[in-house]
Amino acid sequence: MKTSEVRVAVLLIEGTNCEDESVAYFRYLGANAEKVHLKQLTGDAPAELRRRLEDYDILMIPGGFAAGDYIRAGAIFAARMKRRIDRDLVEFVEAGKPVFGVCNGFQVLVELGLLPALGGTMTEMPEAVLAMNDSGHYECRPSFLRQENRGGCAFVRQVPRGRMLRVISAHAEGKIMFPRGIEKRVLKELKRNDQIVFRYVDDRGRYAGYPWCPSGAVDNIAALCNRDGNVFGIQPHPERCFFRYLHPDWTRTGGPEGLGDGSAIFASALSYVAERF
Amino acid sequence: MQARVEIHLKKGVTDPEGENVLKALKLLGFSNVSSVQSIKVFEIRLSGLTAARARSAVDEMCRKLLANPVIHDYRVEVRAGR
Repeated sequence: MKTSEVRVAVLLIEGTNCEDESVAYFRYLGANAEKVHLKQLTGDAPAELRRRLEDYDILMIPGGFAAGDYIRAGAIFAARMKRRIDRDLVEFVEAGKPVFGVCNGFQVLVELGLLPALGGTMTEMPEAVLAMNDSGHYECRPSFLRQENRGGCAFVRQVPRGRMLRVISAHAEGKIMFPRGIEKRVLKELKRNDQIVFRYVDDRGRYAGYPWCPSGAVDNIAALCNRDGNVFGIQPHPERCFFRYLHPDWTRTGGPEGLGDGSAIFASALSYVAERF
Repeated sequence: MQARVEIHLKKGVTDPEGENVLKALKLLGFSNVSSVQSIKVFEIRLSGLTAARARSAVDEMCRKLLANPVIHDYRVEVRAGR
């Protein structure tokens, strides 16, 4: 498939954000991207606006505060999707198509049971949670992330293992946690399955606590994928550093020209689809 | 029927909101406060259901939306009422 033929749906409901930028960046890389409201996928829109999930090649769930983040971050968005398009989602994922969740979108994927998905493609109950940051408040700053995936994740094909990216954190509920009592076993399984994609590090690449890890996330985990590597959730925002000039330090680190650290994640997903389908 | 749902953090799960409230209360001079636990409460009205069915429905709401079993426990009280 040519990149220009790759169809990307950036899903929105009330309270999502960065969907315009995300569509623009997929288009910048040559893909055919559009915003799609959840109601367009559930048949609750005028006939001419209805869309089918199966007609897309990449599904992105952007950041923001979907449905006000009431109850828990991402919980209402996830519950609405699960109630109405659960079969479509499972078919999409099992077809090997990439699902990309950023920040609030990562929270949605976890609440949906699409990540970490140790018990199947989409588990009935969440297997993890993105809980309130240890600081008790919203954290917003650049974070250093180190790529730790051994090659199974579609979203880091163009990010060599060990490379550090600078990506923008902006979240209150970013602390990934697994059920107490089985946490060590879950972490072991995630490592064995090659599901840990990025971990927070300090400016020298060492695992470090606050503020390098803004949330207190277990094992400094910043991004996970499913076992097949095509569902990917990342807490910091790669779209907020798609271009060099979006990095907060561009004036002293090489100028504004060219692509920023986050662009490789978008490009990786597109190259994966272009080669596979 | 009226249902009261309390969502608690499981024992051992960090409660930053509770800890921050504890800190703030101490700063305000409430030196005898030794701990604060944040709890989320939902009051839900249901119609056309017996108490048993209302409890069952609310339990399903907790599993499907209101609680995440990784960090939450919940308690449901159902009583007659408008």
